[in-house]
Amino acid sequence: MFGYYLDLAVRSLRRSKVLTALMVLAVALGIGACMTTLTVLHVLSGDPLPGRSGSLYFPQLDPRDTVGYVPGIEPPEQLTWIDGMNLLRAKRATHQALMTGGMVPLQPAQTNLDPFHANGRYTTADFFPMFGVPFHYGSGWSSAEDDSKARVVVISTALNDKLFGGQNSVGKTLRLQEADFRVIGVLGDWRPDPHFYDLNMGAYADYEEVYLPLSTSRDLHMEHDGSVDCWGDGGGEQAKLEQSTCTWMQFWVQLDTPASVADYRSFLQHYAEDQHASGRFARPPTMRLRNVPQWLEYKQVVPSDTRLQAWLAMGFLLVCLINTVGLMLAKFMRRAGELGVRRALGASRRALFGQLLLESGVVGFVGGVLGLLLALLGLWLVRQQPSDYAKLAHMDSAMLLTTFAIAVLATMLAGLLPAWRACHIAPALQLKA
Amino acid sequence: MEIRPILASLRKHRIPALLIVLEIALACAVLCNAVFMIAQCLIGTHAANAIDEAGIAIIHVGGLDDQHAADSIARDLAALRSVPGVQAVAAINALPLSTDAMLNGFTPNPEQDSQINSSQYFISRGGEQALGLQLLQGRFFNAEEYAQGGFTTSHQSSSHVVIVNQADAQRWWPGQSPLGQQLYSSSDKTAWTVIGVVADVLAQDPEFSGPAGRYSSLFFPLHASADLNRYLLRSAPQDRDRVLQQAMQALGKLEPGAVLEPKTYLDMRADYFAGSRNMAWMLAMVCVVMLAVTALGIVGLTSFWVGQRRSQIGIRRAVGATYTHILHYFQTENFLLSTAGVALGVVLAFAINIYLMENYEVSRMPWYYLGAGAVSLWALGQLAVLWPALRAAAVPPVVATRAG
Repeated sequence: MFGYYLDLAVRSLRRSKVLTALMVLAVALGIGACMTTLTVLHVLSGDPLPGRSGSLYFPQLDPRDTVGYVPGIEPPEQLTWIDGMNLLRAKRATHQALMTGGMVPLQPAQTNLDPFHANGRYTTADFFPMFGVPFHYGSGWSSAEDDSKARVVVISTALNDKLFGGQNSVGKTLRLQEADFRVIGVLGDWRPDPHFYDLNMGAYADYEEVYLPLSTSRDLHMEHDGSVDCWGDGGGEQAKLEQSTCTWMQFWVQLDTPASVADYRSFLQHYAEDQHASGRFARPPTMRLRNVPQWLEYKQVVPSDTRLQAWLAMGFLLVCLINTVGLMLAKFMRRAGELGVRRALGASRRALFGQLLLESGVVGFVGGVLGLLLALLGLWLVRQQPSDYAKLAHMDSAMLLTTFAIAVLATMLAGLLPAWRACHIAPALQLKA
Repeated sequence: MEIRPILASLRKHRIPALLIVLEIALACAVLCNAVFMIAQCLIGTHAANAIDEAGIAIIHVGGLDDQHAADSIARDLAALRSVPGVQAVAAINALPLSTDAMLNGFTPNPEQDSQINSSQYFISRGGEQALGLQLLQGRFFNAEEYAQGGFTTSHQSSSHVVIVNQADAQRWWPGQSPLGQQLYSSSDKTAWTVIGVVADVLAQDPEFSGPAGRYSSLFFPLHASADLNRYLLRSAPQDRDRVLQQAMQALGKLEPGAVLEPKTYLDMRADYFAGSRNMAWMLAMVCVVMLAVTALGIVGLTSFWVGQRRSQIGIRRAVGATYTHILHYFQTENFLLSTAGVALGVVLAFAINIYLMENYEVSRMPWYYLGAGAVSLWALGQLAVLWPALRAAAVPPVVATRAG
């Protein structure tokens, strides 16, 4: 029966080519716009570290003075050096890493390359095991290097390709800020999106090219970039950031079990209370402990433009579908005579209904294929944009299937009303004409 | 035109009529909001900025040794000044629209707090000429103020003078002369005396500082120091690119280890607003396609019911209705449907705007967007119905005599 109905549907669609083309086009345009924006949204709201992000937590404390305090105010989104160091040394979690970022002047040994700024991450030893960073060559550093302010550096694959032609560069020398560093590791393919551990540098911006010990970066007065929030007599002066009342550090901990999360929470609360009692924290003690998904949600990391565009595209799809309902209605009603004959010959309403729905399904399928092509074109257009996230806009298999499912389902939904109307016509009235 | 028969006939075709109304309503709602957003994007990208945008080029310098920065900057600036065609050079911490912002809160009353992020511009001697600031009241900094300008321990300007934007002067001292007034840092209550007012210069990162901080900019004098990591070169617009190129060569020789990143100010501005411009283009594309789809839908449905009513039209023609009567009949019918759709659409558009205002950074839509949206959909409906209506009017009276 399905084959026969399919044949009927194709015949009927062929008969009124203009109307069919209009319907397919409307569905395709709606689906194309909708899937382009939904794919961008899907890519941007992805999990940066699947399997790990649930057990990575970002502790927040509120060390600010009482200026501007209102009860329930959220603590700052970074830590001061003092709190970061205290939490790091407490070692209450499986892994913990303190970090910040900056642009590092890099003087290449090759004479054909001008000095350039490398995107740098200054962090502590646990960064690599905690985030599960893959290594192509070598490895990260240990806490011994952190303590000794060692001049060691881990570089990205891209930088390794650029400077060392992709060779194993472990043991080679890299000149950063007029100082010699020993390369101890080359990263494998690693790019969690969004850049969850420090959103100040752009949530979907380019990744770091050099990773070096935090202690070394401070020792060499390397430039700090990113957000610095100060209060009281704190100033953002680079060389004095350790002492100043400013938040500028990111601190992440790995907590594997609910019990360890609860322990850490109470540890953090006690820490805040102690600091308040000693007079360092002027505000009532408060803390937050969010994991990666909660942190991304709190920071509203998906650009609101993208969400607006998705809403707009949904509205557009709705307009297209209402349009399809109208055209389908016109098409089915025009065939009232033919349907009357089939009813008179004994076809049940249910059979006619099924046949008409299948016909709209065919429109949906063809519209879906065309819509998919339009969505691919749309994503290509998005990738031509200069924004940070543009190059991430690719369709995956899940979105591909969703596209078809939405196209066929939406069109069949749009076909419901016309089909129902068409199979409720009185056969006798149609036969008389 | 008698509309009662039209209403009676529409009652018979309730579903197609309802579909047209719905489609117009939705299109109207989406159109109004999309056009409003396009306008907002474009207003943002065309924001006025009282500096010599076309004449400025910037070289960002990285990797200078902090201890010797003062000497290097003095030497570099001297070299840049000798590039032919250069009108003025200076060093600055950040530029309007540079995303590298140095923000602080300021208040005219030391008892108060400030919730506004004001952009702080630190300029070296000659910075006012290099930027092309337009002085409205008072004076620029003198040589002594430039030489003494430094930082306090809390990284505020240690000079005692400040130049403010006109918008800030009006906000802080409405109806008074801003010259000689005291301005305070809201964090540690350091005080400065206002010595000049300039035409409004944009903020360093207006998207971050928000609408209130868009035109809140302050200028402080600073002697050469490591914080001034951008060199400003001002020249005639036609010389700009050549000047930048020669300046890069000169600096490359002086600072072989430094990282130098050149850019013209116009490129910097274009980069900052690239996202908004793309958003505007995309919205415009969606609007055009949506209007086309709506028009085609109206054509399709109207042709369908013209086809259904061929014999009716034939009878009307046979009993005396003229070509224009039939044409007007369908046009009026479409006008009634459009009116219903537009009425519904305007309400919907308003509701969507309120929803967006609550959930996104969207402001209230002025009423004329609704009016313009309504008029354009009326026009679209009339345009779309023209072809089916002409076909209907062309039905010959003889159809009435045939069966069918």
